[in-house]
Amino acid sequence: MKLRLRYGKLGKVRFVSHRDGARLWERALRRVALPVAYTEGFTPRPKLGFGLALPTGAESVAEYIDIDLVEGADIDPGDPELISAISAALPVGIDVSIGAERAASDASLQEDVTSTTWELYGPGIDAAGIDEASDRLLSAEEVLVDRVRKGRSHIDDVRPLIVSLGPDTSGTRLRAELVTIGRALRPSELASTAFTGIDPLGVRVLRTHQWIEHGGDKREVLPLAAAIAHAGRGSA
Amino acid sequence: MSSMWDQLEPLLARVQKPARYIGLEDGMGSPEHGDGKVSWLLTYPDTYEIGLPNQGLQILYEILNERDDAVAERAYAPWTDLEAELRAAGLPLFSVDTHRPAPDFDVLAFNLSAELVYTNVVNLIDLAGAPVRAADRHGADPIVIIGGHAAFNPEPLADFVDAVVLGEGEEVVGEITEVLHPWVAAGRLDRESMLRRLAAVPGVYVPALYEVTYHDWSDGGGIDSVVPRFADVPDRVDKRTVTDLGDWPYPKRPLAPLTEVVHDRLSVEVFRGCTRGCRFCQAGMITRPVRERPADQVRTMVADGLARTGYNEVSLTSLSTADFSDIETTVTGILSDRTASSPIGPSGDPIGCPTTINLPSLRVDAFTVGLAGEVSSGRRSGLTFAPEAGTWRLRTVINKLILEEDLYGAVESAYSQGWTRMKLYFLIGLPTETDDDVLAIAELAKRCVEIGKRYTHRASVTVSVGGFVPKAHTPFQWFGQNTRDEFGRKIELLRTATRRAGGVNLKWHDPAATTAEGIASRGDRRIGGVIERVWRAGGTFQEWGEHFDLDLWTDAFEAEELPLDWYVFRHRSDSEVLPWAHLTAGLHADFLWDDWQSALAESGVEDCRWTPCYDCGVCTGYGIEHVVASPVAPAGGSQGTGQDLDRGAAVPVELVDRHGRERVGTSA
Repeated sequence: MKLRLRYGKLGKVRFVSHRDGARLWERALRRVALPVAYTEGFTPRPKLGFGLALPTGAESVAEYIDIDLVEGADIDPGDPELISAISAALPVGIDVSIGAERAASDASLQEDVTSTTWELYGPGIDAAGIDEASDRLLSAEEVLVDRVRKGRSHIDDVRPLIVSLGPDTSGTRLRAELVTIGRALRPSELASTAFTGIDPLGVRVLRTHQWIEHGGDKREVLPLAAAIAHAGRGSA
Repeated sequence: MSSMWDQLEPLLARVQKPARYIGLEDGMGSPEHGDGKVSWLLTYPDTYEIGLPNQGLQILYEILNERDDAVAERAYAPWTDLEAELRAAGLPLFSVDTHRPAPDFDVLAFNLSAELVYTNVVNLIDLAGAPVRAADRHGADPIVIIGGHAAFNPEPLADFVDAVVLGEGEEVVGEITEVLHPWVAAGRLDRESMLRRLAAVPGVYVPALYEVTYHDWSDGGGIDSVVPRFADVPDRVDKRTVTDLGDWPYPKRPLAPLTEVVHDRLSVEVFRGCTRGCRFCQAGMITRPVRERPADQVRTMVADGLARTGYNEVSLTSLSTADFSDIETTVTGILSDRTASSPIGPSGDPIGCPTTINLPSLRVDAFTVGLAGEVSSGRRSGLTFAPEAGTWRLRTVINKLILEEDLYGAVESAYSQGWTRMKLYFLIGLPTETDDDVLAIAELAKRCVEIGKRYTHRASVTVSVGGFVPKAHTPFQWFGQNTRDEFGRKIELLRTATRRAGGVNLKWHDPAATTAEGIASRGDRRIGGVIERVWRAGGTFQEWGEHFDLDLWTDAFEAEELPLDWYVFRHRSDSEVLPWAHLTAGLHADFLWDDWQSALAESGVEDCRWTPCYDCGVCTGYGIEHVVASPVAPAGGSQGTGQDLDRGAAVPVELVDRHGRERVGTSA
């Protein structure tokens, strides 16, 4: 049996790196004694699958983890008690919102997710700037960005990586859906491209959704009830 | 109420590894400050990665927070990038628990594990917004207290700290809190009388209450006298020692960090103190007597700690864990507890990976290797031993009585049970050491590889060589440390001797750093000026290779017109007043001197845990005694006790023949 959990990473804990996050999950799952499957060999590791790395310092209400359980394990992935026990074993700021069984045929998060939605806000980002940047970038034929890959500088056209761009409902945050296939456009790179002269290290970033699109059919990995989806907004 | 998180948060986006500044560890308390509570900022003067696992700090954190009249939070030295951001933003040092600014605390308490952190202590006092010199602190400034092993000669830091705790902190932190309570309640005003009251607490040393006078440099330059300034201030300050470790099952809520740290596992202390009597070892001398934790308490603390933290690895810590009386049953018990508490899979078997037990500081013998085999799950890669010296003769000088046959027996046993790499720790620059002793290290390593090759072609030995720094309160406190050049020459001898030795890798500690350690290790109060200059010149994080700079130290000596050679490389005489003579870990000065003379006579002493008392002074002086479950030395009494020491230098015959010559250091 395989589980997929959706969780948030909000507040101080946003400074924990993706790699350290994996260690936290291992400890938390041992604490709740979930029957996690382990790899064979000299140094058995729990079989956990993490999705697309969240940049250190970014917050999220749409992180995912895949957990393989031992053969024959029978767990109700939606059990609220299980969900809250796991949340309690994780640090303050990391909370599980939804659990579901993952079909054996489902691809990994890394393979399956095609785009993610972000909100960018903070010093240097205002309503006028958001409108100007959205119009400019969306109407452009190409958006050339100088990026470093494998230690070398490349001029990339990132326009195809931008699915949508515009203000959120409050008008103060830039909401962007970005393609995750290949070398993705990082939120910090988008900020520098959208707002001239901005200090990308001062930009606050929140991931709100991860999307899977196959042959025109687009869905969220595990959708939240609307009320929960906005829970992260209050933490700004 | 008082958190600087909002100002700190934007800075964390600009620094490396920001997770080390956010707190939120499993086991973190929820410190509540309030009227009348004495607030402690327990500070580790090195990075979070090094400081977080420190057990002393975790223990005091819990004990203080259990009190109604105290509250404790933790701080660690911010790395240089965050320090620059803090200073640019005009922000002080802060706690990681609630991100409260350091100036809000009543006490800045530092845990000192090594001498090279002294400049960080000064830096952190400054970053906490207080004047660095105790004499310049007044009124609202916090009180600065140091403790830990490297505070047993606190004289180099005497001008910067208000008080020093000698020995174990479990009881004394409460007594200090009680003394500070009225001072805090009255608004931190009358510092002078508060310090006088602190000096009356056993184990607490207030340097400013002692007048130190010196001889002229033309007359030797040493200390003439150390005299209390007031009649109610004790002539001599004794260390604190808890009688029974079983009364102190801390930490009960071990801290499990959110980011990787140096010892990323549960730690449970199985005993405190060590009476093996290694003469170079300050830890063994200052933590006497041996006090074992009851075996069932160890087992409970391990089971609770693992369940609480989710770790699957535990270190059973002490100065020599194989000496714990119940080590075998404890290990077996821990392994079976873990199996019992693991979730049971559908097949009926426990699932998950088994608990790994880590046994640091192991003796060198076959019993130990057997133990290591029992606890190792998974690949057997490396095993570490510390013979410390290459010849039996020199091992009798330092009283690390590992027989040659035990040493090779342990190595053989390890290779035969599947280990492929040995790591061997040695000291160079030990008293009476000759080049033959140094070269014997290379010879010994080659023999180990030779043994290993019988079992695996991958056999290798890493020889790790440190420069010996004589420490206060040890029989070697009178010994002049080797110079930097001498250490360099000896390392070169070893490099040459191992260059063509397949399977032997040589590593060594930077001799320049060893010199700086020597300055701080046995310095007097005059060294304070040197430390302040090194700090002002930017010399923080001197424990870190990328920041250490001996020139900062030699320049500071020149500016202070102090003789570095005199402080570091000079042998001391019996009549000299040592800078820490008014402080004691309970060891009689006569005992230390006699043991120093025995060392020079190449005569060892046995472990008094299992053999008659030789009256070092600790048990008799403090009315305490060893707490040891087993009345006999373990496993036939290796490492000196109960062994025929005449055979110490005997090398197994096949190893001697193979080399076609007799082992260096064997009797002629």
